[in-house]
Amino acid sequence: MSTNNSGKKIDVAYVAQLARLELTGEERVRLAGQLDRILEYVDQLRQLNVDGIEPTAHAIPQVNVFRSDEARPGLPLKEALKNAPQRMNDLFVVPKVVED
Amino acid sequence: MAHRLSLREAAENIRQRKLSSVELVQALHTRIRKIEPKLEAFLHDDFDLAVKQAAQRDAQPADGPLHGVPVAIKDNISSAGRPCTCASMMLKDYVAPYDATVIRKLETAGAVVFGRLNMDEFAMGSSTENSAFQKTKNPWDLARIPGGSSGGAAAAVAADECFGALGSDTGGSIRQPAAFCGCVGLKPTYGRVSRFGLVAFASSLDQIGPVTKTAYDSALLLNAISGVDPMDSSSLPQPVPDYTKYLGRDIKGLKLGLPKEYFIEGLDPRVKQVIDQAIRHFGSLGAKLVEISLPQTPHAVATYYVIATAEASSNLARYDGVRYGLRTEKPGDVLDMYFRTRAEGFGPEVKRRIILGTYVLSSGYYDAYYLRAQKVRTLIRRDFEKAFTQCDAILTPTSPTVAFKFGEKTDDPLQMYLADIYTIAVNLAGICGISVPCGFVEKPARLPVGLQILGPAFGEPIILQVAHAYEQSTPWHLEKPNL
Repeated sequence: MSTNNSGKKIDVAYVAQLARLELTGEERVRLAGQLDRILEYVDQLRQLNVDGIEPTAHAIPQVNVFRSDEARPGLPLKEALKNAPQRMNDLFVVPKVVED
Repeated sequence: MAHRLSLREAAENIRQRKLSSVELVQALHTRIRKIEPKLEAFLHDDFDLAVKQAAQRDAQPADGPLHGVPVAIKDNISSAGRPCTCASMMLKDYVAPYDATVIRKLETAGAVVFGRLNMDEFAMGSSTENSAFQKTKNPWDLARIPGGSSGGAAAAVAADECFGALGSDTGGSIRQPAAFCGCVGLKPTYGRVSRFGLVAFASSLDQIGPVTKTAYDSALLLNAISGVDPMDSSSLPQPVPDYTKYLGRDIKGLKLGLPKEYFIEGLDPRVKQVIDQAIRHFGSLGAKLVEISLPQTPHAVATYYVIATAEASSNLARYDGVRYGLRTEKPGDVLDMYFRTRAEGFGPEVKRRIILGTYVLSSGYYDAYYLRAQKVRTLIRRDFEKAFTQCDAILTPTSPTVAFKFGEKTDDPLQMYLADIYTIAVNLAGICGISVPCGFVEKPARLPVGLQILGPAFGEPIILQVAHAYEQSTPWHLEKPNL
């Protein structure tokens, strides 16, 4: 685990795989050092007693925000495709994902 | 000289038919052409679109409160037919296909949407140095950063390149640049303003808010953009008062809290001197100053950078090269397309936060980092709830320093993060805050200092009242940079 692109705390190459993010060797080394220091700083949270404390996901919690289940117009096809990197026949074109 | 008007004055001039909307847009455009080569606050010039809209306004009765008044927009808020790049290579050629709710609301109030403002890439940063396209300068000293991430908004307002702007604030991104550039920046209560059409960074923390020349202008813009929105289920149905009605009310007898944890080491003594003077001024206006405690303050930065990066890593997963934005040239297969598109599209700070956020959410670390940070967030909220039983509003510095020089902190991300200490707890707690100009540090350059006024959830009336009272009895908001 302790290659030069893996910090004491974080294995940058592994996490970059999870994040679908290609990093150069130089980026991995730099990030490992920086993120190790940041995570050492964040470790102060481990000293706190949070037993029985509810986590906060949203500061002003709301429950059951419903809207009526009615069809309404969405973005027109032409608009939705306008920013597509590649399109054909009103579809997004992507590299082949199924085997022959 | 029309560019020097406040938002309120611009609106009054139009109502009284002294100036037309087209004339206002042209005045700003002239100013922008003169100043922009030095300042670089705007990413896109949509002058033609703005003039067209202004001409329409001039043909209509001036019934909206912002009728005919141009308002500039941070480049992460969607406005149909205009670029929305988030200052990222990832969205370099992206054109927004729909309007953010705040844009619709501005237009309903009669405003003209004009100009797209520079920012840190995807709103991640405190200096606007993370823009992939250009470096916006601080109008008070061109060798210094304007703050961030809404650095373009604050610089443009301070330099009279616009009458007012909309920014976004996830951890101080409206208030800190407003402080550094000497203008007024308000972060509304979470849920006060719809986030629909705001490019998501950290969804439980993001809010859109005004950057303006005065507290009154801040109230005017907040009036226009507030309110529940069926397109944003986290927006709240609280009624929207006329915020300008609270301005001019006496602050005698109001209790203003001073958190003892905010006035310790790390606060630049020159900034402290200016803040202390502002606090004494509130005493002379008849406010009661009370010491309060926010004991979780030392843990706010750590909590924030776990939660904000976790949410960012999830939100930014959408940039995969499939439906919009950048796609790498000649991808081999789908995975190769994801990996290389993201490598080419994101800058260093965004990559850093994606990796950190992915790590704290990953199997084996979720409980230790993300869940724990959410629990500490509860403690931070409770700190403020308790504090607001002892005072009506809280006074703090907006930033521990004045604007720093380009490159001064870019090699040390942790130092950059630590400087957010006074602003980020506000987003974690979901409450509201405003930064107002409160004086200057004179050496080595004349640089503005911001005073932050915090209120409880939906306490916008009180912070605007306090901000306006301070502003009306001090000269700071009238000072202009020498450009």
